[in-house]
Amino acid sequence: MIVQPVLVVAAALFSLGIYGILVRRNAVMVLLSIELILNAVNINFIMFDTMLADTMMQGQIFTIFIITIAAAEVGIGLAIVLMLFRNRQTANINEFDLMKW
Amino acid sequence: MEIFEIVIYFILLGLISTAIRVVTTSNVIHAAISLVFTLALSAILFLILSAEFVALVLVLVYIGAVIVLFLFGIMITRAPLGKNAELDNDKNKKMGAAISGSIFLLFSYILINNFDGEVNIASGSSTELLGEILLTRFIFPFELVSFVLLAALIGGITLARKDEALIDKDQV
Repeated sequence: MIVQPVLVVAAALFSLGIYGILVRRNAVMVLLSIELILNAVNINFIMFDTMLADTMMQGQIFTIFIITIAAAEVGIGLAIVLMLFRNRQTANINEFDLMKW
Repeated sequence: MEIFEIVIYFILLGLISTAIRVVTTSNVIHAAISLVFTLALSAILFLILSAEFVALVLVLVYIGAVIVLFLFGIMITRAPLGKNAELDNDKNKKMGAAISGSIFLLFSYILINNFDGEVNIASGSSTELLGEILLTRFIFPFELVSFVLLAALIGGITLARKDEALIDKDQV
């Protein structure tokens, strides 16, 4: 199995996530795009782990840690979005300009 | 072996198309469902690359829990269900496409130039070895990550609940 197509697809997923972060207006959609980026990183880690045939399997272990941290990040992120929604009655990030001068 | 390669190319094609749908669809629920398909396809890819434990963790944690959280978030913040033209910031579209396109070109240039070769997929399970390494060599990060999860749990509750007791009524 050839390595390069998988790596290129992971790069494509990463850049699609960047596009989503820049373009989306709803804060929950931005969090979805961040998940896309994390998934691209996971694919790269697993691919390199298989490619290098590491005896310590550090690629897989890192992927498990990334998945755990991502779950924590989604919990906190949605809590913040919820709090913003409660205070401002909207989840559109272009209306959260409280810290702009 | 040839059929195997064709299957992998179909999975990669599906990954790209569902990921494009996540960031371009104008329906919030469709975006979340497309993310489910993206994650499921990457779990299949992990299975093919003989990382079956990671694939199962991905299915359990992401498709089982995180997507449900996202759907809750969509429903609670009352994002308009159905088609919604307001979802995208049209001003940023050109700039976003330029930035993400250049990132993609740069990354794929570096990856294609530096990493070449074939992977021969080993048969058999890697879960037993993975558990052993995780609980010996990586035991400290393992414990640390459980502490992070506890902190996220407490932080999520503290942020999301409406705490009347903390608000000093005399000062407001």
